[in-house]
Amino acid sequence: MNAGAPVLEVRDLTKSYGGVRAVDGVSFDVAAGELLALIGPNGAGKSTCFNIVNGQLRPDAGAVRLGGRVITGLPPRRIAALGVGRTFQVAAVFGSMTAAQNVQTALAAARGGTFDLWRPARRLGREQALDLLAQTGMAAQADRPASTLAYGDVKRLELAMALAGEPRLLLMDEPTAGMAGTERREMIALVQALTRARGLAVLFTEHSMDVVFGHADRVIVLARGRLIANGGVDEVRRDPLVREVYLGGAPTEARP
Amino acid sequence: MSLDSLLFQAVNGLASASGLFLVAAGLSIIFGVTRIVNMAHGSFYMLGLYLAVTLAPALSPWIGGAAGFWGGILVATLAVALLGALVEMVLLRRLYRAPELYQLLATFALLLVISDAVLFLWGPEDILGPRAPGLSGAVDLLGRRLPQYDLFLALAGPAVLLGLHLLLRRTRFGRLIRAATQDREMVAALGINEALLFTAVFALGAGVAGLGGALQMAREPANLAIDLSVLGDAFVVVVVGGMGSISGAYLAAVLVAEVKALCTALGVVDIAGYAFNMSRLTLVAEFLVMALVLILRPHGLFGRPQPPATTRARAEPAPAPLGRRGAVLVLVAVALFAAVPLIGQFFAYAPVLALDMVIAALFAASLHFIMGPGGMASFGHAAYFGLGAYGAAFAATRLGAPTPLAFAMGIGTAAMGATLFGWFCVRLEGVYFAMLTLAFAQIVWSIVYQWEEVTGGSNGMFGVWPQAPFDEPAGLYLAALAVTLAGLFLIRRVVFAPFGFALRAGRDSSLRAEASGIPVARVRWLAFALAGTLCGAAGALFAFAKGSISPEAISVGRSIDGLVMVLLGGVQSLMGPVLGAGGFTLLQDMVMRETDYWRALLGAVILAVVLLFPSGIAGGLRRAGNAR
Repeated sequence: MNAGAPVLEVRDLTKSYGGVRAVDGVSFDVAAGELLALIGPNGAGKSTCFNIVNGQLRPDAGAVRLGGRVITGLPPRRIAALGVGRTFQVAAVFGSMTAAQNVQTALAAARGGTFDLWRPARRLGREQALDLLAQTGMAAQADRPASTLAYGDVKRLELAMALAGEPRLLLMDEPTAGMAGTERREMIALVQALTRARGLAVLFTEHSMDVVFGHADRVIVLARGRLIANGGVDEVRRDPLVREVYLGGAPTEARP
Repeated sequence: MSLDSLLFQAVNGLASASGLFLVAAGLSIIFGVTRIVNMAHGSFYMLGLYLAVTLAPALSPWIGGAAGFWGGILVATLAVALLGALVEMVLLRRLYRAPELYQLLATFALLLVISDAVLFLWGPEDILGPRAPGLSGAVDLLGRRLPQYDLFLALAGPAVLLGLHLLLRRTRFGRLIRAATQDREMVAALGINEALLFTAVFALGAGVAGLGGALQMAREPANLAIDLSVLGDAFVVVVVGGMGSISGAYLAAVLVAEVKALCTALGVVDIAGYAFNMSRLTLVAEFLVMALVLILRPHGLFGRPQPPATTRARAEPAPAPLGRRGAVLVLVAVALFAAVPLIGQFFAYAPVLALDMVIAALFAASLHFIMGPGGMASFGHAAYFGLGAYGAAFAATRLGAPTPLAFAMGIGTAAMGATLFGWFCVRLEGVYFAMLTLAFAQIVWSIVYQWEEVTGGSNGMFGVWPQAPFDEPAGLYLAALAVTLAGLFLIRRVVFAPFGFALRAGRDSSLRAEASGIPVARVRWLAFALAGTLCGAAGALFAFAKGSISPEAISVGRSIDGLVMVLLGGVQSLMGPVLGAGGFTLLQDMVMRETDYWRALLGAVILAVVLLFPSGIAGGLRRAGNAR
């Protein structure tokens, strides 16, 4: 892969449900080290678009390329193996394990060690797991059962698990959903710092505009399945079309 | 084979399909509204049949033959519906919030109780029903005589389908059922009397199954094995048709019944010079139909995929490694069990009982491996026990294999079966998984029962005696102990290896596991195959321990025994199933052999466990811990 070439290329994605085009000819790129926000009003096709990229849905037409390789229609597991980490809108972790064991399990999977039936897992990858937990601010919680963590910590744990596969691309579905104000800003600042430090490409959907306009490098806006804007934060904020269909003409909307 | 014999079998198939459809439709309606898979549904069918064969002759002298026959069917149907309502009010109402496994077990306990109640009331002999007055003749069709009653039954299925369709579409009750099937909370929020609705739905489902049984009175004798065989068939139909779809149930019932009928019609066929009796393949055909549908449409013909849950509602406790005290206790227990042959000189019965316990421990521990860390509660684990036992018995008696080789061949048979069936089962979750495992076990049971040349049919196989040094009780016992300990050790290693964590990861959140690159289905498949293989080892030991083997070893009851052992011991610990197996074996030995009605007794034990600990034994213990 050339330096500067996009990590993720999305070309002409189209997906219809019945007669409705949920996603209609959407194209965009995400470059390494870039934090790209995908926004749009409810029903704009964000989730459909997002789920096509992560492999949960198959598009009717169009292509998704990762580092130049076509990944359209591959199952989520294969896409993960190619270097795509992801987090869910409602954070999902393995409740019966400690935080460290969650990350260790993700590490083992990333290294192809899932089918190791014999070696004790207790110490395998433990150092690296602790390191990842430290990076996401979870060092103190490493040996607590995941089911007893506060929700904000579950989200951080999930991020550490997503990083375990050393992804080139991170897909985050509403990374700050369900978090309070301060927590939310800390979370997105953490993602931003990791993006810079690791040269990650990050694509995220988000409802809270303070997160989007405060931290994204670029914003793409969907409305009724079509891409109506793609540019820098200020450019998109000023775009009259975006203001009309998305912000309803109001200056800025910051939802709690 | 000629066209008219094909037609004859086709009508016959439609007549069978009607009976199957009625059971499956009732099962589907009840599941749609209450989310409970009623394991006792075959019992309602059986009760309908028994009541009808008793009532029809009893009513005939009073109101005439025809009126007696149809009146008997009607009264039987209503009686079963009433019983269904009663069961819902007394039992199921306490279970709606309990874990799925407990709902399945409680309704299975009901099956056991009903089965023994029927045995008590009607005795063990098959009972033949009267012929249908006015429909006992035959119709000439294309030079072939078709029984009128079969034609009538073939039409009864679509008629009931139409009736149910009208009920669901045109009446307020039907609208409520459909609404509750889609969104239970909403129906409750709208102020509809949920309790009454659930009772009515259960009565309807039970009544339809009862009708299905009663209608069969002129076709097949009432017998005690019907409840389980119908249940297995109904599960196949529901899985093929798609849970919750009534038209799907009819289509699937027709498909399954017609494929079976086709095999019968084909009879003996020459394939590449070999005479091949296709009529013996009916069960395999049923399996193939189901396999094909599940490959093409994993949620059945008309079923909709369930959205994957991001996380399980309840966090399962983690299996704990052995502490120092635990290790000492285990060593003491192993030493005690190894010393049993010494006591045998004074208490001749002790080694026999200890051998049963050792075999049961491996059986239960292998089931627990997929049930606990895997989250897959199999209702057909005995299939692999039976395959192991029959494989070893066949190798030892018919092939004359030396004992260790026969043992290995038993394990191999079970491993192949578990690998084949597991591929299908692991794709399904929760109750669907439970139903499919049970259906496969029922298919294995039927094959063993029917394939007399190889398995000895209902009598089983005898003279499965091990050679020296295992012909001595102590030799066999110590070998069994060594095998079981090795199996338990293997399970322990696997649970605490990365594979065990990946298995738990798939259980805790399959979405997250897939996103992390864990191939959840393949992990489950390997776990299922491994559990089946170890269970096969237990089965092979069992064959040598008893010196004989019969289809009883594969019965659904045996599968349920395993579940009860695991639950008695507790799902959360790896020692649980071993303790549960020991306790259950003792209980069975001391109490249940004393009575003819041990099934009802076992049912009572299960109900007691389920009703006293509605959130599971583990939950009960946790609650007790929290109260302190």
